[in-house]
Amino acid sequence: MSTHTAVRHFFRGMGMPEHTPDHGRSRRLRHRLPVRAWHWINLWCMIVLLLSGLQIFNAHPALYWGSASHFDAPWLEMYAMRGADGSVHGVTALGPWQFTTTGVLGYSGESVRGFPAWVTLPSYQFLSMGRVWHFFFAWLFAISGALFALYALWTGHFRRNFWLSGRDWRGLGRDIINHLKLRFHAHSGKYNSLQKLSYLSVVFVALPLMIVTGLCMSPTINAAAPWLLDLFGGRQSARSIHFITAFSLVLFAVVHVAMVLLSHPLRQLRGMITGRVPRRSSSSEPESPS
Amino acid sequence: MSRRPPSDISLTRRTLTRRTLTRRTLLQRSLLGAAALGLAGCDRLSENDAVISLLGSAETLNLKAQRLLAGRESLAVEYPASMISPVFRPNGTVDPQTALYRNLAANDFADWRLTVGGLVNTPLALSLDTLRSMPARTQITRHDCVEGWSAIGQWSGPVLGDILEQAGVRPSARYVVFHCMDQLDGEHNYYESIDMVAAFHPQTLLAHSLNGEPLPVGNGAPLRLRVERQLGYKMAKYLKGITLVAHFDDIQGGKGGYWEDRGYTWYAGI
Repeated sequence: MSTHTAVRHFFRGMGMPEHTPDHGRSRRLRHRLPVRAWHWINLWCMIVLLLSGLQIFNAHPALYWGSASHFDAPWLEMYAMRGADGSVHGVTALGPWQFTTTGVLGYSGESVRGFPAWVTLPSYQFLSMGRVWHFFFAWLFAISGALFALYALWTGHFRRNFWLSGRDWRGLGRDIINHLKLRFHAHSGKYNSLQKLSYLSVVFVALPLMIVTGLCMSPTINAAAPWLLDLFGGRQSARSIHFITAFSLVLFAVVHVAMVLLSHPLRQLRGMITGRVPRRSSSSEPESPS
Repeated sequence: MSRRPPSDISLTRRTLTRRTLTRRTLLQRSLLGAAALGLAGCDRLSENDAVISLLGSAETLNLKAQRLLAGRESLAVEYPASMISPVFRPNGTVDPQTALYRNLAANDFADWRLTVGGLVNTPLALSLDTLRSMPARTQITRHDCVEGWSAIGQWSGPVLGDILEQAGVRPSARYVVFHCMDQLDGEHNYYESIDMVAAFHPQTLLAHSLNGEPLPVGNGAPLRLRVERQLGYKMAKYLKGITLVAHFDDIQGGKGGYWEDRGYTWYAGI
């Protein structure tokens, strides 16, 4: 497909219904423009926010519960230790457990640092620049998220495509078994129950939680809305929840990409870029929007 | 994209598989290469002035949005005494080595004066005894370091706004600059600046006590600033003077603070 056609296809589909077979054409509309735009903006926001977030985390690679930091009792901590033979080890302490994580966590690239250079932005220790990246992309993420929320409310995007019907709930067990067997045969291009649940929890739980716990780390926002701080059990708890939720979003992204790779990756990718996928040539071909 | 060129049709399934694998390897290698390039590229972007200035525009948004949400008067959370941190972690300079500081400290700061000058009607020079005898505010607040950790302490001292009113701030003054006696890099004195909203906030103190005791050296003796709705680096320690200014372009690096001159945002509300 030429770039020109790809661009033309990308901008097509404003206001057309989703998942409706378009009999006049050889391709079906899978994702509308706002969905596709939000998807790719989110991808970039999440990459930058994650990498710059790990840079910020590295300035003090320890997490606590409560309002203040009890320095002798973090629930997660990364540090370096010199062994008896003089060599330096990276250590990750999770609660009472300690793991040697040399080269990845605690000590990597011959320097003492939480996360390694290849997952932080900038790669070297540079907290102020990490913060500058983080806040710019946090605004981008929040604004595009708010615009998409308005669009989704207006069109009933989530109610129509993601709300679980009684049948979905009853089929949940079967879906889990199918996923465990790595069988992703979805029905008629609609989302299955597990997909619906995971997308709903990302959009309505994880993403808002990232924004709110992020704001909770701001002393000015704490003054504006002290009740938010109480909701999460204090600033250090909010910081921990921010980290845990980010981690769960990484897990989601890994599973999401794996699912795409396991179910016609090029077709899926084309669907999310142009909005359209080729019509199925035979009924035996599995199809599942990821 | 996914359509193979017509010449491939004649290939056997075996060759096709091998070909796909080669493509996959190629794809993997190019992805790894792209990741490495991406990292190097991001580092270069992080050093590009135009990129820094574009990304830095978020600071203005942070300031305006937060001022809108928090207003002028909303108070930082105050905690019960039971939540005071057992040790209030000192950070940055913890034991100033400048001759000025050593000499003043040797005499228990008896000769130390806090000067208030610049765009004021009545310049002041306040001794530690004078500051201690002034009406004080005591507050138990949380200190948030830009690094991510927090500590809770009880601070006492005169409200900055009272001292500024005593000096009489001229209408042309827009910022309050705090000059310090310590040098983190052994060359430049620490300094900070805040605007009038932060300066006249009811919880903005010149603290001479921590947890009921005279301020320890590690936490900024004899006097430090508390700006409770911002991060720790705004709260200058080892104060020697305050000046009211219309702009801070001509002070040291011109960005309004020691860390600001080294890349940190001037507005530290988040």
